[in-house]
Amino acid sequence: MNNAIPATLSYFPGCSLATTARENNSSLVAFCRTQGIELIELEDWSCCGSSSAHSINRDMACSLAERNLSLAPPDRPLLVACPSCMLRLSQAQLHLKTDAEAAGRYERMWGKAPNRSLEIIHFFELLEHMDLERAAGFSGEGLRNMRIVPYYGCMLSRPPEMRREKNYHGLMEKVLTSLGADVVQWAYSNRCCGTFLSVVRPDVVTPMVNEIMDGAISAGADCMVTACAMCHMNLEIRCNLQQKVPIFHFSEILSLAVGAKVQNGWFSRHLIDPRPLLRKKQMIA
Amino acid sequence: MTTNPKKNNSGPISVKNADERLPIKISEKSGVIFNRCYHCRSCTNGCPFLKAMDYYPNEVIRLLQLGQTEEVLNCSTIWTCVGCNTCSYVCPMAIDIPALMDSLRQSAIAEGIISEPDVLNFHNEVLDSIERHGRTHKLEIMLRYKVKTRDWFGDLDVGLKMMAKRKLDLSPSRVTDLKRIRRLFSQNRMEQRHE
Repeated sequence: MNNAIPATLSYFPGCSLATTARENNSSLVAFCRTQGIELIELEDWSCCGSSSAHSINRDMACSLAERNLSLAPPDRPLLVACPSCMLRLSQAQLHLKTDAEAAGRYERMWGKAPNRSLEIIHFFELLEHMDLERAAGFSGEGLRNMRIVPYYGCMLSRPPEMRREKNYHGLMEKVLTSLGADVVQWAYSNRCCGTFLSVVRPDVVTPMVNEIMDGAISAGADCMVTACAMCHMNLEIRCNLQQKVPIFHFSEILSLAVGAKVQNGWFSRHLIDPRPLLRKKQMIA
Repeated sequence: MTTNPKKNNSGPISVKNADERLPIKISEKSGVIFNRCYHCRSCTNGCPFLKAMDYYPNEVIRLLQLGQTEEVLNCSTIWTCVGCNTCSYVCPMAIDIPALMDSLRQSAIAEGIISEPDVLNFHNEVLDSIERHGRTHKLEIMLRYKVKTRDWFGDLDVGLKMMAKRKLDLSPSRVTDLKRIRRLFSQNRMEQRHE
């Protein structure tokens, strides 16, 4: 995407946002609406393959990602909300662009040539292109008095073959600051959340997650903001410290800040209830 | 829960007879040129999961360079690696370490060497769920994983909390064109049998 954000985008929510992190999905759609961007859910989208497909079955990882690419309408960019889905889909697209064998396989499987010009963009890309001084709701400094640590998890780390693709270091800091937040630099913004080891080896993930939460607390943060629904879940379910700060999805805190209509189902679904903090900061009644 | 019986952690690697077949196969399949590695340990220094690994990430590469097939296919590291790319992002030689781990794990599966069965059980449950619904159904994945690993009560509290917060849906979010999804899986099984 070069400059202007199209008013209509295809939208790939992914499994987490469609289920466990529904509040992430709904707040993301709500935020986009405040900015005049309409999201049209990719019809009949399927799982991107997640960590498991590429872990144990390379060909299935390709097929699952490619099915979604084959469904994308050609005339508008495909917006992806989840960093993990984003990596899977954009890596598949990169292979289709650069690897003739992969493209041939795609053509045999889906009965058409891959759409090499299909743009796959992450939610961050929208914010990157916004004029934050003029964007709707940004002048009100809706996050005044909120001390925030941004948490990217592993989303900014990428395989070597994608080193030259766009990346977004500092984006959450820039956007949150423009909304009046006090954004704190801390040691754990790029520490992996543990992904599936949270299920298989909670004994390994709990101390890791506790270290991250401890880091947020010693940075004096009121809350953490995550860009990934899986990070959000792992941090919430595996942290067993007495003292915890609430964790917001980036889309939730954006929606709150710009005055989108906050829906009942968002904050009540958090395992670490953020409502006492929001009341204290007079951000909700 | 698995522990690491072969906990090595920075002890010397004892070299046995080298077998070059696996290293050749891995570099062909993954396209990763692991002989570029000069063991600066940037990957190991940044890896958040060292405590659950018997060999450090650069040591896995060393085993491959030395043709230590049995040792590398049996190590826990290839199962513990979650592919977060923290290592490959800082590697000065641009070695795609997670892709290498994927390839080694898949070779280990093909050889029937599963040193961390719980990890494989989990991945299998995720793929089965995708085959059934086209999307992952977390509650089903968790329940079936618990049955397989016979860990009935571990995480019961977490599960109940998630249910109370309506984070675990009882019924799955599904794809309409399930026929196509299932055909992808059955084609894949046929291709794998032919390999």
